[in-house]
Amino acid sequence: MDQSSQNTYHDKVVIRLIQFSIFWAVAAMLAGVYLSAELVWPWIDFGQFWLSFGRLRPLHTNGIIFGFGVSALMATAFYSVQRTSHTPLFLPKLAWFCCWAWQLLVLLGGLSLLAGYTSAKEYAELEWPFDIVIAVIWVCFGVVFFGTIYNRKIKPIYISNWFYGALIIVIAMLHIVNNLAIPVTLGKSYSLYAGAQDAIVQWWYGHNAVGFLLTGGFLGMLYYFLPKHAERPIWSYRLSIVAFWAFVYSYIWAGPHHLHYSSIPEWVQSLGMVMSVILLAPSWATMINGIMTVSTAWEKLRTDPALKFIVLSLAFYGLATFEGPMMSIRSVNVVSHFTDWTIGHVHSGALGWNAMITYGTFYFMVPRLVGRELFSTQLANIHFWLALAGTMLYIMAMWAAGVSQGLLWLSVDQIGELSFSFKDIMASMTPYYVLRLVAGIIFLLGTVLMGYNLFMTLKGQHAVRVTAPPVNPAYGVS
Amino acid sequence: MSGLSIHRKIEENTGLLIFGILFVSAIGGLVQLLPVLNQESLETATENSRLYNAVELTGRDIYIREGCHVCHTQQVRPLIAEVERYGPYSRADEFVYDRPFLWGSKRTGPDLHRLGGKFSDDWHRIHLIDPRAVVPNSIMPAYPWLDERPASAAGNITAKLRALSILGHPYTEDDINNAEADLEGVTEMQALIVYLQMLGTGYSEESGV
Repeated sequence: MDQSSQNTYHDKVVIRLIQFSIFWAVAAMLAGVYLSAELVWPWIDFGQFWLSFGRLRPLHTNGIIFGFGVSALMATAFYSVQRTSHTPLFLPKLAWFCCWAWQLLVLLGGLSLLAGYTSAKEYAELEWPFDIVIAVIWVCFGVVFFGTIYNRKIKPIYISNWFYGALIIVIAMLHIVNNLAIPVTLGKSYSLYAGAQDAIVQWWYGHNAVGFLLTGGFLGMLYYFLPKHAERPIWSYRLSIVAFWAFVYSYIWAGPHHLHYSSIPEWVQSLGMVMSVILLAPSWATMINGIMTVSTAWEKLRTDPALKFIVLSLAFYGLATFEGPMMSIRSVNVVSHFTDWTIGHVHSGALGWNAMITYGTFYFMVPRLVGRELFSTQLANIHFWLALAGTMLYIMAMWAAGVSQGLLWLSVDQIGELSFSFKDIMASMTPYYVLRLVAGIIFLLGTVLMGYNLFMTLKGQHAVRVTAPPVNPAYGVS
Repeated sequence: MSGLSIHRKIEENTGLLIFGILFVSAIGGLVQLLPVLNQESLETATENSRLYNAVELTGRDIYIREGCHVCHTQQVRPLIAEVERYGPYSRADEFVYDRPFLWGSKRTGPDLHRLGGKFSDDWHRIHLIDPRAVVPNSIMPAYPWLDERPASAAGNITAKLRALSILGHPYTEDDINNAEADLEGVTEMQALIVYLQMLGTGYSEESGV
């Protein structure tokens, strides 16, 4: 091999992962739309076990997190780690293995959920054989990623890689500890922990799957693609350092706010609550850092839909990371817990933050990967407004539904009798559920438009050969 | 040495970065999990704890398979409105045989922790086959297939009891040997209803907990 091909970045695997990510986004959002329709017209599962709400909902959440989310994170991590390390991927064949094995896992795992194989632990529903496969692929992902960093030609490890690194390390730790179980058969196991102990381990995992996958991983995306796209250096390097370590330290404590007023020890609930409120600081530090980075590049927002998506995602990130700590306060949580408010909160994060930053990043990456203009900027602009409208409508419908549910459930009259029956409160939710269904359809429509737009951009094109640029000797590895 | 130059060591060394992330992220988990996993009162059976028999356990696993926990919580909070609506609030010792826990995170339908004994078996059967026949505005899915499947189809009950024995559930050899016979002639529907009818009944007001 000559010198230049040794230095060529491996971008084909990135393109493939982007395609899979979009596929899972559409599939899992379609499942979400169907689920929201089932809450309005419960008979549309037609007595089919695999369309039943209890089986389809885990497919929706797993499809979004592991199909759409992780594929997008792998794609962007592989793309940015090469460019920030000035070296091609370490073991590119292993990167391809991660790509394909992960897609097979999501596909078979999804089918197993529909077949009723589930551990019942939220975001960790897949049964033990899949858990082992996940752990293996995850280690391979780590080997490719950290191997590339180890081979880097530039001395400092860039900020985005700290976040992707935290994603890989912490998710591995959480995944292994939370899924420890005694297998019974191939499709059934019993958790190593029981009752209240199981609950605490699960929400230590569950909250930090949100923390290190849906927040930390996507912050890696933010720290690379936002400055790159705005063509501005990150506003404060010092603030990034503080925000990163404060984030890694404090997120992990916040899980018990999912268990307020339960039978876990009260000190754990209180500690979880306090640390959740503290978490606001590192979350907003990153948001401020991001906003200040684009603050001298606002004019780009007029013409560039990709940057618009990324900046809007920052706003939703700020909203969701403010709302979360507020909901973790016990006296707010008493109203919000178990209601649709939680669903609204999750979606202000998942739609407003995760999906939007991914969309912005895809619109940025795909034309560069194939060396061709985006097929249609106008379609991307339409997508932007559909995504914003869908997200806003979704969140507002769920706020209204959740707050009224929470207050009506707790409502007692002057002599202490319950004011409303559960059935009546449930029946009063229909208008909000219809609105949410409409919101979901609008958002899904935007995602399909993006799929078409990027498909047309990619069509017939090959990955551009990009080679590592020369390194400034001041920063080079000696 | 300034903070930035200390950090330079970490950000220029792959191994240090990996170790740093692992160390810093592990602290919170260790502080919260270790005491809780060693707290005996959270794992010791009391008079409020009920070991699931073969049929109840099968019913519980069907509950999990169908994702009932996706819409129903099993956690009555110690609030006036909840205690009035559902019954005594949930205690930790009631869950020591729950693998996994099924407290849930979303209450689309009502809490079920104190469901046992509130409705007749017949009501449950009709409700599970056609929820809207007994609750007109219900948005619950129907589960007609449960009536057509034998409870033995819901997994190897002997292997299940053996696995739980390893984890310390006090099943006797007789319990395990008779498990398959216990399920004979029982449908999945019946097993699920047996489970629903025992939910929350282990708790006794006199226990003083």
